[in-house]
Amino acid sequence: MRLAYLIPLGLFLFFAGLAGYMLTQPKEQNVPSQMIEQPLPDFTLEPALEGMPGATKADFVGGEPRLLNIWASWCLPCIAEAPHLERLKQEGVEIIGVAVRDRPEAVEDFLSRYGNPYSRIGADDISELMLEIGASGVPETYVIDAAGNIRYQHIGDIREETVPLLLEKLEEAR
Amino acid sequence: MIAELGLAALWLSAALAVLQMVSGALGLRDGASPHALYARPAAVVQAFLATLAFFLLLYAFAVTDLSIKLVATNSHSAKPFIYKLTGTWGNHEGSMLLWIAVLALSGGLLGGLERRMPEKTMSATLMVQGFVALGFYAFLILSSNPFERLRVPAVEGSGLNPLLQDIGLAIHPPTLYIGYVGLSVAFSLAMGALITRQVTPDFAKVMRPWVLGAWVFLTFGITAGSYWAYYELGWGGWWFWDPVENASLMPWLAATALLHSVSVLAARDALRTWTIMLGVLAFSMSMLGTFLVRSGVLTSVHAFAVDPERGAFILGLLGLYIGGALVIFAMRASSIAEGKRFTATSREGALVFNNVMLSAILAIVLLGTLYPLLTEAFDVRVSVGPPYFNPAGAIFAIPMFIVMAIGPLLRWKDDKPGRIQFEAAMLAAIVIAIVAVVAVLGDYAILPLLGLALSVALAVAAFLPLRGRNIRRVPTATWGMVLAHFGVAVSLFGMACESAFTSERLAAVAPGDTTQVADWTVKLESVDPVAGPNWTAIEARVLAARGDEEPTVLTPQARNFWSPPQPTSESALITRLDGQLYAVIGDSAGVDANGKERWQLRVWWKPFVTFIWYGGLLIALGGIVSIVGRLQVDLKRRKAKALGDARRDDLDELNGGDTLPEPAE
Repeated sequence: MRLAYLIPLGLFLFFAGLAGYMLTQPKEQNVPSQMIEQPLPDFTLEPALEGMPGATKADFVGGEPRLLNIWASWCLPCIAEAPHLERLKQEGVEIIGVAVRDRPEAVEDFLSRYGNPYSRIGADDISELMLEIGASGVPETYVIDAAGNIRYQHIGDIREETVPLLLEKLEEAR
Repeated sequence: MIAELGLAALWLSAALAVLQMVSGALGLRDGASPHALYARPAAVVQAFLATLAFFLLLYAFAVTDLSIKLVATNSHSAKPFIYKLTGTWGNHEGSMLLWIAVLALSGGLLGGLERRMPEKTMSATLMVQGFVALGFYAFLILSSNPFERLRVPAVEGSGLNPLLQDIGLAIHPPTLYIGYVGLSVAFSLAMGALITRQVTPDFAKVMRPWVLGAWVFLTFGITAGSYWAYYELGWGGWWFWDPVENASLMPWLAATALLHSVSVLAARDALRTWTIMLGVLAFSMSMLGTFLVRSGVLTSVHAFAVDPERGAFILGLLGLYIGGALVIFAMRASSIAEGKRFTATSREGALVFNNVMLSAILAIVLLGTLYPLLTEAFDVRVSVGPPYFNPAGAIFAIPMFIVMAIGPLLRWKDDKPGRIQFEAAMLAAIVIAIVAVVAVLGDYAILPLLGLALSVALAVAAFLPLRGRNIRRVPTATWGMVLAHFGVAVSLFGMACESAFTSERLAAVAPGDTTQVADWTVKLESVDPVAGPNWTAIEARVLAARGDEEPTVLTPQARNFWSPPQPTSESALITRLDGQLYAVIGDSAGVDANGKERWQLRVWWKPFVTFIWYGGLLIALGGIVSIVGRLQVDLKRRKAKALGDARRDDLDELNGGDTLPEPAE
């Protein structure tokens, strides 16, 4: 028996184990993060589309706590979270968006289709801010207090049950 | 009665699958047991019963039998008749029943008609086929019974997802299923050959029509699905790298590789283990797709009936079949001699190279599809999109297209590259000329530009194998290859043009306003409410004119279905030879300065976009021509053999029964 012939079996077993594990896992996670209580890094992002302002660190300082939402028009879970962001906006939360590796037409397209909950959208064309604040994927949402500190990180799409949780975290960040 | 008959037919089919499996296994022993005879008839009767079960469910949907739970939850008496029928497979249980019916039908065909392989290999194949079928019967009967009754019949059904109320649904899923199931036959054959160590050119010839057939259906299904998503979703795109789309692409990639490697095995007796591996891989990919789609482990725009329990069941089957197959492969593969040798610059060499490239693309797609699953295990949710798939896939697709242009010109076994230097130089000149001209004309991304140049070179190269040959004596199968390769070029041309030259305009317009996209003038005439059998909509009347020509009326709609309630967008298209105008009406955008209501109107001009699907159809057609060609040759050979046998018998009689020495081959 040649060892090379075992490779497909090994790969398959790895996948089967992973998939089996994932099937037993509950789908909801609220992950505690290393980023809590650290200040936002300095950044200046160009507007992600015409007619809307871009985003800088200064936009987070002063006033009420805000949400920083990292998303992209090519990201499918972002479609799923769009209505919940809209609800947060209706609750009076200011949401600043960062569009990762995106094109202005695609951003415009996405917003016209799924709604625009953002007050400003910065374009992060090389995942620069994404890396600096330690986001590992799209979408992620951060609660930023009025002093510009990261208070809470939500990984993955915002779901119906995440909305009250985020509102609570925003209240705590006051 | 219908439901009970259907369920009984299913149970009987499952019992026959057990018989087929046991009888097939008995046929493997030395001095085969007399009970080994039952495998073939079991497969044939099973085919009849499983097909009957499917038609019974079809009938229940046709008459909207609301005492059956599946009909009540997925159909509605007010639905147009054609969608009542297609609704049969527009849900989890019904689609699984369709799957199993096609599986049994192909098992029946194989058991009833195929006589070219050694009987032992056939027994092993039918055993594996019965084993695979049994798992799916268990899945269907135990966890997704389509014939479940409601204790109290429903007064009215709850309807079918409106996105699925489209002629696309009549075509897209059944063709894909037939393709997936065809790959299961290829899998059974591969396992049968591996178990009995009969990986021979004869086996490859038996396997080839199944692979070709499955591949034709997959090609057609993916093409239809892509076009359906394109006009039905109203997003203006034709491929989204969504997990469910990838789930259909991966078996296609594996089947494409298998198709070419099985041809090498049939013609040259090389690539034995590789062909077996691909046979396992192709079916693994279709089962993996089923698992990903129905277990809900990944987020997708395709909302299937998601159920982790069913997911666990499918994963169990996956472990049993694929895990089992890979164990047998690991144990047996080294006992199969590698087959005939060849050099790198030969047709086999080119085919192997492209096999590897196809497998690499498959690995890229598989990794991108499963990566979110992997990171999620570490509590990180990510989405992998076109920024990964396009460049990563292109790294392997570009060399593949180049070799695909040149490979068919090479000779089998060994060839000198110098012999085709004129053709190679000509193709290179085409690529360079197009890249240079287009790059001068405008600023385009590198991938579409290369795609465009390669597509033209490929289109020319597709016909080069015919050069210097008597056109009338070219084998039918070669025409199939020419057509399919030309189809790839056409499709690639469409993709490149669509991504490089598309113009898009999103405008808020009031009735009477015009907007411009490419050389089209688009005028919104009016927006009115309209009603259909089970929906209401606002319909825009749009006049679109190209240059100075007479305007054409377009009527895109924003529909609201009321059962179940869901909005959908009906795009309107004008198709020209050189592209398509695609219009979608959106929401109201408030009132303008004159107090007139404005509407979001989105218009695209997509040059040559239709070539993507024409190319897909050509590829499928090429496959069909190849099957016809192979069958012709096979029939001719059978006839010649029968004639030879008859003649020998006559001679035997003349010689008074003395046997003549067998002529050496």
